Amino acid sequence: MSNKVIYAIYNDDDVLMDAVKKTRAAHHHIEEVFSPFPVHGLDKAMGLAPTRLAICAFLYGLCGISFGTWMMNYVMIQDWPQDIGGKPSFSYIENMPAFVPIMFEETVFFAAHLMVITFYMRSKLWPFKEAENPDVRTTDDHFLMEVAVNNNEAELVSFFENTGAVEVKVIEKH
Amino acid sequence: MYTFSSKLKTFSLILMAVGLLGIGYGFYTAPKDIKEVEKLLAADSHGSHDVAKHEAPDSHPAKAESHESNSHAAPAAHEDKSHAAEAHVVDAHAEHEAHLTHVLHQLQNKPWAALYVACIFFMLIALGALAFYAIQQVAQAGWSPVLFRVMQGITSYLPVGSVLFFILLILSGLHFNHLFVWLGEGVTDPNSSAYDHIIAGKAGYLNFPFWIVRAAIFLLGWSLYQYYSRKNCLAQDEANDNLYYKKNFKMSAAFLVFFIVSESIMSWDWIMSIDPHWFSTLFGWYVFASFFVSGITTIAMVTLYLKSKGYLEHVNTSHIHDLAKFMFGISVFWTYLWFSQFMLIWYADIPEEVTYYVTRIQLYNLPFFGAVAMNFLFPLLILINTDFKRITWVLVMAGIVILLGHYVDFFNMIMPGTVGDQWFIGVPEIASILFFLGLFIYVVFTALTKAPLLAKRNPFIEESKHFHY
Repeated sequence: MSNKVIYAIYNDDDVLMDAVKKTRAAHHHIEEVFSPFPVHGLDKAMGLAPTRLAICAFLYGLCGISFGTWMMNYVMIQDWPQDIGGKPSFSYIENMPAFVPIMFEETVFFAAHLMVITFYMRSKLWPFKEAENPDVRTTDDHFLMEVAVNNNEAELVSFFENTGAVEVKVIEKH
Repeated sequence: MYTFSSKLKTFSLILMAVGLLGIGYGFYTAPKDIKEVEKLLAADSHGSHDVAKHEAPDSHPAKAESHESNSHAAPAAHEDKSHAAEAHVVDAHAEHEAHLTHVLHQLQNKPWAALYVACIFFMLIALGALAFYAIQQVAQAGWSPVLFRVMQGITSYLPVGSVLFFILLILSGLHFNHLFVWLGEGVTDPNSSAYDHIIAGKAGYLNFPFWIVRAAIFLLGWSLYQYYSRKNCLAQDEANDNLYYKKNFKMSAAFLVFFIVSESIMSWDWIMSIDPHWFSTLFGWYVFASFFVSGITTIAMVTLYLKSKGYLEHVNTSHIHDLAKFMFGISVFWTYLWFSQFMLIWYADIPEEVTYYVTRIQLYNLPFFGAVAMNFLFPLLILINTDFKRITWVLVMAGIVILLGHYVDFFNMIMPGTVGDQWFIGVPEIASILFFLGLFIYVVFTALTKAPLLAKRNPFIEESKHFHY
């Protein structure tokens, strides 16, 4: 089975948005869109599911505040409850205000860093990763839509030529 | 044009009537002399208030000083007489007498303080909305112009509230109440038994004429901006150029400068001076955050109400979402200041500062920490969700909790210095809230009927109509 794809290349984000809408309306499956910058509303036009990264961050924040609380409680209250400058170390709540800055920073630290790492993992980004750029111009000033071909090559090519594409290529993907 | 629904009008009038009755009841039932107080305390000690009785001798010496300065000529004279008549009387009796006088002052303060808290709270809500409005003008915000008329409606309570508040201040100055210890007679007189050298040292700032003139300038300055800004905004509707818009821009910038200075001083004058032995540098910001978030919440509430009645055609969920983000963000900002003020004083534990929080944590434990739960934890957990920020009932619920929470915040700031351990959220407090709420609704919604709800020729109005987040 051949796995051919169409590369429809545009040089304007408005044209691209229209093309995406038309492609969706014609029920052609969009594999991927490459763009040099975020195009507002593109994810909605493509029908992509909303990100759940914020939910992850909230949960990571909860982990952070738990860690901060546990750490301060263990170190300052359980393990070695010294009298340091008259601060009450009898129970966690009595000395709680002093721990709030740490609890806050742990929350932010966990939420921020773990969310970023999650983002890298989910979008498969790491140093020395081989770039997956189908056309070098898409990092500069061109937009590229990749659509799968299912024995309807001629029809697809003419369809994309009508959507204002500056270039339509059929590529054999390996 | 908005028409004031007759139901809402009746509702606001009922609130005012019920409130007035309750306020009257509060003043009527306040004890007149120490004999009544003695009876009240005796009745209390049979009941569940053992704690109060037990605590009384404890807290008395610490408070005696402030009470002395608090006392009027009449009770002082009375004390003298009793001393002369019963020269053989043991100290304990005099102490008991002094304690009764102290409690009498607190109980007599109760209806006044209830009125004062509600009055300043609703007035500052309007001021918070006004500050938000001025910021939107100066920032040339593209989303908010469709809400300007709503904001102007809310801020039109400011002149009305200011007059009532100013009358309350004058009544305090004329010794109708003991809300401000430093306004008491003989406080600055070294020969008086009420002499308080700390207050006397601050008398250059804390004296009635200077204080009342400052109040007049601030209230007038804010109300003038409110009046002219609205006037220019209406004139801009009929104009052919943007002259009035530019005027409003400049005026708003000037107002914000005046506002931040006057707001800071206002917080010392009207709230911090209730505890004249205590001071805090970030108090002005703290008070600001409290009424700023209340003002924004009120804008959101009124917008949601008008939207639900179909009056705000161009307001969409994105506008609501933005207001909700402000409610969320400024709630967190309030908490940041609340905690910063508390933690710095708790950590250093300097006696002259820390008494402020000792009183609040010992006597106002639930309101003190409850305010944090209502103003921080609740909005934090509810309004963090993007979808929730667009759901009307979620926002109304969050808004009600935030507004109640900030009432409690003002309650916490004012009550401990005026009524001390005699606090209770009973008839006088609730009635005062109801009265001012009724008045607020009446004034705001009457003002909303006076002008179209959409500004016509604001340079950003088209952008605002199509605002989408």
